[in-house]
Amino acid sequence: MSILTSGRYRAWAGFALAALLLFVVAPAVLSDFRLSLLGKFLCFAIVAVGIGLAWGRGGMLTLGQGVFFGLGAYMMAMHLKIADAELRGDTVPDFMQIAGIRELPGYWVPFTSPIVTILGILLIPALVAFVLGLGVFKRRVKGAYFAILSQALAAAFAILLVGQQSTGGSNGLNRFRTFFGFNLNDPANKQMLFFIAAGVLLAVVAVTRQLMNSRYGELLVAVRDQEERVRFLGYDPANIKLVAYVTAAFFAGVAGALFVPIVGIISPADVGIVPSIAFLIGVAIGGRSTLLGPVLGAIGVAWAQSAFSESFPSGWIYAQGLLFIVVVGFFPAGVAGLFALLKRKKKASSEQPAPPGPEDETEATERMEMAR
Amino acid sequence: MTIPATAKEPVLGGNAGMSSEYLEVRDLRVSFDGFKAVDGVDLTLMQGDLRFLIGPNGAGKTTLVDAITGLVPATGSVTKSGVELIGKKVHRIARLGVGRTFQTASVFEELTVLQNLDIAAGAGRSALTLLRRRKTVLPAIEEALDVTGLGKLRDTPAGILAHGQKQWLEIGMLLVQNCSVLLLDEPVAGMSHEERDETGNLLRRIGGERTVVVVEHDMDFMRAFATSVTVLHAGTVLSEGTVEQVQADPRVQEVYLGTAAAGAAPELQPEVSKEDSDARA
Repeated sequence: MSILTSGRYRAWAGFALAALLLFVVAPAVLSDFRLSLLGKFLCFAIVAVGIGLAWGRGGMLTLGQGVFFGLGAYMMAMHLKIADAELRGDTVPDFMQIAGIRELPGYWVPFTSPIVTILGILLIPALVAFVLGLGVFKRRVKGAYFAILSQALAAAFAILLVGQQSTGGSNGLNRFRTFFGFNLNDPANKQMLFFIAAGVLLAVVAVTRQLMNSRYGELLVAVRDQEERVRFLGYDPANIKLVAYVTAAFFAGVAGALFVPIVGIISPADVGIVPSIAFLIGVAIGGRSTLLGPVLGAIGVAWAQSAFSESFPSGWIYAQGLLFIVVVGFFPAGVAGLFALLKRKKKASSEQPAPPGPEDETEATERMEMAR
Repeated sequence: MTIPATAKEPVLGGNAGMSSEYLEVRDLRVSFDGFKAVDGVDLTLMQGDLRFLIGPNGAGKTTLVDAITGLVPATGSVTKSGVELIGKKVHRIARLGVGRTFQTASVFEELTVLQNLDIAAGAGRSALTLLRRRKTVLPAIEEALDVTGLGKLRDTPAGILAHGQKQWLEIGMLLVQNCSVLLLDEPVAGMSHEERDETGNLLRRIGGERTVVVVEHDMDFMRAFATSVTVLHAGTVLSEGTVEQVQADPRVQEVYLGTAAAGAAPELQPEVSKEDSDARA
């Protein structure tokens, strides 16, 4: 029993269970279409993990993750379009031919190379976040001002993309045929993409878990709650926040890059203000300061969205807004917080050790809850 | 008052002789929109001195502390053992060993006592250390837990500590931060009598090897524990010396009686009570 309850073994058990669900159960029970849909949700979940770190633990209300998601997505999409054109023997992608563009625009050229593309996806969103964060955090911009700034950025990014003919304007980039040489119409390759997304999600959760449980994680919470006090202890809070912000941007960029081959389209509507807020809703509902709350929240909300909009096409958006308001207003710790509360009540009444929960982070949640 | 016989005691003018660390404030000025909150303050603080900074409301005590720690821009000079502090950023000054507390206890409420102390001890940690888990408790932290009497509460979230315990935790954080200059802003405000005495003893214990400056309104507390006193008034140093010297200073009496007559803080009784000076000795 003691082995089961100790944090480390529970974490391993949790990861094993998640891997079992994602790699064995999901492909067995879901149709190709549903599996692909779940793959899309996993991409949102990867973004959500980063938001949980930056917002839940770091207090930075990142309302503009669409920018980093979009950067990763567009880089991947550009490479896929070039690769498709090369297969056909054309110099430019199909949509450019229609628009009358004869030569590949200069900024597209580097993405001809798969290696440059992957490096770009891994580095550019993080680099943009670093430069942005440096300017913002060193100037001690925080709270609502930071949120407004990041949201404005998402808006600007989407508007910029709409005006760009060379990225497909408001249609965006779509109709990809291959993914690094694999035919995207082949169900086996679609399943492979799902597995990649699942693997990345598990890795992202593992990295974030380490960050949250490390000394850095404690420091990040300290900065969230008493930024000035941390300064008087000899730390520069800007650097501490920067790490979480850049990490979240990195995750969002990778998620965007995976979204493109799985969903088959990226357009300004996927990276602007609305999707940026939508990323946040799942995180808030799941429990922003926990590790798994954002993951389950993001998947749950995305699933509910597709399920409900199949039967009530226009109703869901209202339900989503209502849910967000209720959670932010009345349950700031989200569903994970409710679970922790119930668990603690049970513990207090029975005085027996609680069974190992599905969440490894419940202890941390409890601590947070207790302080509230 | 119980002080271990082996420990160094804070004394007037410091106890470390020529090898002393010091904090030297020269002609320090802070103004807010033309209002001179600190108007040419000179102070010399030696290691092993427990200095109390008193003065009527608005005398510039907290602003002086803010200026030394880099929170408000100031002109003049503040040197710590020869290193200029004016113009440096808050976290750089903190790394040079100048620590402070605030009037309202500001601990990290969602973190445990141990986590609070661990963060305070870690400003010099490398990125790699930061990314690892906290596995052991540093000896300095054990010592601070011991000195502040918070050992049993190490895994308690700081948010549910009693008010006095939060202040002790703050002092403990300064200790593990390895500050040689501690600036405490009203550490006993809102404390019970027992808590005050314990805090005073704690200050004397830690004041032996450091420079401790206490901004305080509580005159009984000051009389019981100060080794030297600086009186600020209207942004300038009005008087400085031992408790007896300061209390005998007619200008100090005038300032305090004046404010008392005006209905403000009448804390300082101008007559020195015999028992208090005995209690100090």
